[in-house]
Amino acid sequence: MSDYLLTGADLHMAFGQTKALDGASMTVGRGEIVAVMGPSGSGKSTLLHCMAGIVAPGSGSIVYDGQELTTMSDKRRSALRRTEFGFVFQFGQLVPELTCLENVALPLRLDGMARAEAERKAKLWLERLEVDGVADKRPGEASGGQGQRVAVARALVTGPKVIFADEPTGALDSLNGEQVMRLLVDTAKETGAAIVLVTHEPRVAAYSDREVVVRDGRTRQVELVQ
Amino acid sequence: MSIGHALLGLLETGPRHGYDLKRAYDEHFGADRPLAYGQVYSTLSRLLRNGLVEESGVEPGGGPERKRYAITDAGVTDVAEWLVTPEKPEIYLQSALYIKVILALMSGRSAGEVLDAQRTAHLRAMRELTVRKQQGDLADQLICDHALFHLEADLRWLELTTARLADLGKQVAS
Repeated sequence: MSDYLLTGADLHMAFGQTKALDGASMTVGRGEIVAVMGPSGSGKSTLLHCMAGIVAPGSGSIVYDGQELTTMSDKRRSALRRTEFGFVFQFGQLVPELTCLENVALPLRLDGMARAEAERKAKLWLERLEVDGVADKRPGEASGGQGQRVAVARALVTGPKVIFADEPTGALDSLNGEQVMRLLVDTAKETGAAIVLVTHEPRVAAYSDREVVVRDGRTRQVELVQ
Repeated sequence: MSIGHALLGLLETGPRHGYDLKRAYDEHFGADRPLAYGQVYSTLSRLLRNGLVEESGVEPGGGPERKRYAITDAGVTDVAEWLVTPEKPEIYLQSALYIKVILALMSGRSAGEVLDAQRTAHLRAMRELTVRKQQGDLADQLICDHALFHLEADLRWLELTTARLADLGKQVAS
């Protein structure tokens, strides 16, 4: 079996005539934090969406823990995303009608866990992310920084092996952005989760162990640190 | 900043007199700080002594300004090594990096590689500061933040320059 938890190889993807990925490849080790950087429109978010099984590439291979994602059934891939992966995006990931506590409990409820148990676990994660004060508020009533921490709690509540974070601090000021990154990285290290971190901010990428640069849909592996 | 390397890089495009070299240097890199003649000739003497340039002819009239200098094979190797060695990531990026990019374009080398090597060195420095910041007290955090923001500005410049390399290459060639 490969030493890597997740491997994308020779990924191609086009939107109409526009090539979004043109032979991109990347690997993610267990517990490793990999930053994906590149200019706007370079294909870095598309690469993240492919690696996470959200969209299927036109061609190429994506192997997660020995399983090929591109040939997996939609149902199996959805289940994998729900149980093994966590997601943090820049905006709009929390359900506005639910409280923050219900939002964090949601992935567990979708996986069949009883409400009381799911909310008990969710509460622990809100405390860990230092936002238990907004548990009963709706996302619209929380600040941007609090909302992102709730989103991180929701990404971590299922005990994922990989967290996919797409510009997780993009809408936050420097101080809130830093707090969210520290909590995300610290909790991922504690739980052994890997992070695929798409960002255009070098200060955010500096939390990673390694960087992959995407330009014109192609990847350049930069370095293995230490 | 290495004036010797900059002069060597300019000599890669062909042999020149000391005066021509000064003019080329000032045109490309010396907008704020033109080179003094004395500096040009003392640098050329050192390069000559180290075997990195050689005299390739003397025009009638004598005097150092009449000598033409050409880069040697050792000089070409020296420039090539200098170009791909990243500058020490300091808070303010030295003009040396700009000179490297222009000389790489002039000599047909990969300016993208020069920028990528620098980018890697910068991000490594930022990682070290981030680790130090996470382990330090508030004073440490503020000191590291200051350095991190400046290094980030450099990185943004590196990215923008990478995006503009094709245009810059055309301008240098014209």
